[in-house]
Amino acid sequence: MLREKTFLMILVAAVLLAPAAEAHRMWLLPSSTVLSGTEAWVTIDAAVSNTLFVFEHRPLRLDGIVIEGPGGRRLAPSNLHTGQFRSSFDLKLDAAGTYRISVVNRSVMASWKENGEIRRWRGSPEQMSGSVPSQAEGLQVSRMEMRVETYVTLGKPSRDVLRTAGAGLEILPETHPNDLVAGEEAVFVLVRDGAPAPGTELTVALGAGRHAEKPFEQKLVSGPDGRVRIRFPAPGYYWLQATAGEGNPQSGGSRATCVVTLEVLPQ
Amino acid sequence: MRKRWAALAAAGMMQPAGPARWQAAVEIPRIEVAEYHRPYVALWLEKPDGSFVANLAVWYDTRPKRGQGEEGTAWLKDLRAWWRKVGRELTLPVDGVTGPTRAPGRHVAPVSPGALPPGEYVLVAEAARELGGREVLRGPLRWDGRRIEGGRLQGRAELGVVEIAVSGER
Repeated sequence: MLREKTFLMILVAAVLLAPAAEAHRMWLLPSSTVLSGTEAWVTIDAAVSNTLFVFEHRPLRLDGIVIEGPGGRRLAPSNLHTGQFRSSFDLKLDAAGTYRISVVNRSVMASWKENGEIRRWRGSPEQMSGSVPSQAEGLQVSRMEMRVETYVTLGKPSRDVLRTAGAGLEILPETHPNDLVAGEEAVFVLVRDGAPAPGTELTVALGAGRHAEKPFEQKLVSGPDGRVRIRFPAPGYYWLQATAGEGNPQSGGSRATCVVTLEVLPQ
Repeated sequence: MRKRWAALAAAGMMQPAGPARWQAAVEIPRIEVAEYHRPYVALWLEKPDGSFVANLAVWYDTRPKRGQGEEGTAWLKDLRAWWRKVGRELTLPVDGVTGPTRAPGRHVAPVSPGALPPGEYVLVAEAARELGGREVLRGPLRWDGRRIEGGRLQGRAELGVVEIAVSGER
């Protein structure tokens, strides 16, 4: 009984704290996005903070790094480091084309009744079958997927990494993500589990550093075909975030978030 | 090569639909700074709708790199307008187009837009300098098959006067 009460209190606290937690933004920040030459290195910072691209809160955990290179090749990051305020890693671009750099985390929360007591569990989807009885009484399962990404291109841009991963929520570029220029319109498609996600809200924010008084920020909603059109007002690094689904662990369901960092260049 | 070229220039009046023989005069201003690096410069032609027509000249650090390729290609992306328009599509070096960076001063070099149909074009010049600035200039250039009208740009920071003329005309 006591355990049940405690768990409910945690749930209530989690719901109440949700807006505050959302103020902290997850992001990746590449050292460059458009590169030339036969090969190049980029360094990517990864953090969670209030002010975009300023590391002042905590590092983003790098457990779920997925890097796809031209032709769909999987690449491994080098020099991984997680410090007090940020994580960082390096990536060698060894062939011309576009690279998609993602940190993907999937987690499951489950609760059920066992011998009259409420049990709960949190972990990865892969671990779930060994830890949660599939036929338990009152079993509630909620799934969360978080995808934080960015794109970099060496030489001629390629498009083979711009396809859907098939799971979770994605902000898929239709306009090439390393061909963005201030004042021009760019098109993206919001996709959930591989299918267009209409009516989904997208936040577009300019990372203007800690000294800007009121950085540009805009909310857009995807159309019937999942598309959103963005006109970036000025050059800079932009942060795009979309969230879909319900995240209430009491009722089950699933919630997916996608963040993309883009660099917009001057004309 | 140069002889043949001079002969062609002399016979310039008979110039038919073959590749146009032009020359570019590019002024690179002397800039007094403690650490000066020669600018990367690109010169190209567009149609008035912004579509790409031809590269005229691209000057960058062409010194060979240990291993393969050229060291200086890593900074070609700093010629942002050119890089986006056409640079990233190219395999470098490009014969008759690319060459080493130039010191401050006025440089005259042969350039060719290829077999260019008469019409209205836009001449674009872009310069980017390490530890310095970037400048993009655009201006009209009309080609009637024999003569050029316009084709003169006035820079303010990283470029001085940039001018395209028919070879032997001046």
